Amino acid sequence: MPTRRKALQHSATVASLLAVTGLFPGIALAFNAKAFEAKNLGDALKALGAGAPVESKDVTVTGPDIAENGAVVPLGASTTLAGVKQLLILVEKNPNALVAMFNVTDSVDANIATRAKMGQSSDVYAVAVLADGRSLFARKEVKVTLGGCGG
Amino acid sequence: MGDPMRIRAQAAGSNATVRVLMAHEMETGQRKDAAGKTIPAWHITDVSATHNGKPVLSAEWGPAVAKNPFLQFTVKGAKAGDKIAVSWKDNKGDTRTDEATVT
Repeated sequence: MPTRRKALQHSATVASLLAVTGLFPGIALAFNAKAFEAKNLGDALKALGAGAPVESKDVTVTGPDIAENGAVVPLGASTTLAGVKQLLILVEKNPNALVAMFNVTDSVDANIATRAKMGQSSDVYAVAVLADGRSLFARKEVKVTLGGCGG
Repeated sequence: MGDPMRIRAQAAGSNATVRVLMAHEMETGQRKDAAGKTIPAWHITDVSATHNGKPVLSAEWGPAVAKNPFLQFTVKGAKAGDKIAVSWKDNKGDTRTDEATVT
C-alpha cells in the first residue's frame, strides 16, 4: 500500500528529474542537449511548483523486474489517457536521467516501446505530459545484474 | 549514411504496429578505450516517423538508448499498402531514412 509520504517522495523525485531536464513544462522543439545532459536529481523543492507530476494508474511503465544485461533493457511507456503530448522515459540512476522523449500525435497510440541502457539497478519512470499541462508518471524498479554504461 | 534500418509494419485491425530496428553504435560518451581516453559520444538524437508522408511521431533520444535501437509504436488508421517512413539523425549530422509498406 503506497503511503502518502511515499507518493510525495516519488512525486518530488520525478519533479526534480524533470526540472533538471529543463523540459517541464515547456516543449523542446530541437534536440535539447541540456535535457539529456542533466546529471543529478537537482532541487526537488524548486520543481514542486505548479503542475508537479502526479503518480497515476493511467500511465504504465513496462520493463523487466530483473534485467540480466543492462546494455539492453526493454522499456516502454504507455497511457490510456487522451490528449497526450509527450511521453518520457527516465532512468533515475543513469549518469543522465532522461533516456528518450517522444512527441506523440493523435495518429499514434500513446504506447511506445524501446530499449535502453541502465548503469545499475534503478527506478524507471514513464512520464506522460498531457495537452492541458498536467504530467503524470508511473514508476517501476528494475534490477540490473550487469551494468550497461561501463567500459 | 548509416546502415539500413529494418522496419516492419503489420496491420492489426484498424491500426498498424510498427517495429523499427536501427543500426547505430549509440556510443554514450561515458566509456573509455584501452588507452584510457574517453570515447566521444555518438548517438541518434532525433527520430521521426511519417504515415503516407504525414508526420505521426517524433522523438529525441539521449545516449542511454541501447545500441542498435529498437522502437515500437502503433499508427492509428493505417492499413495494408500504406507507407511508413522512419528517419533518424545522429549527433554527427548523419541521417538515414527508410520506408516500409504496411502488410
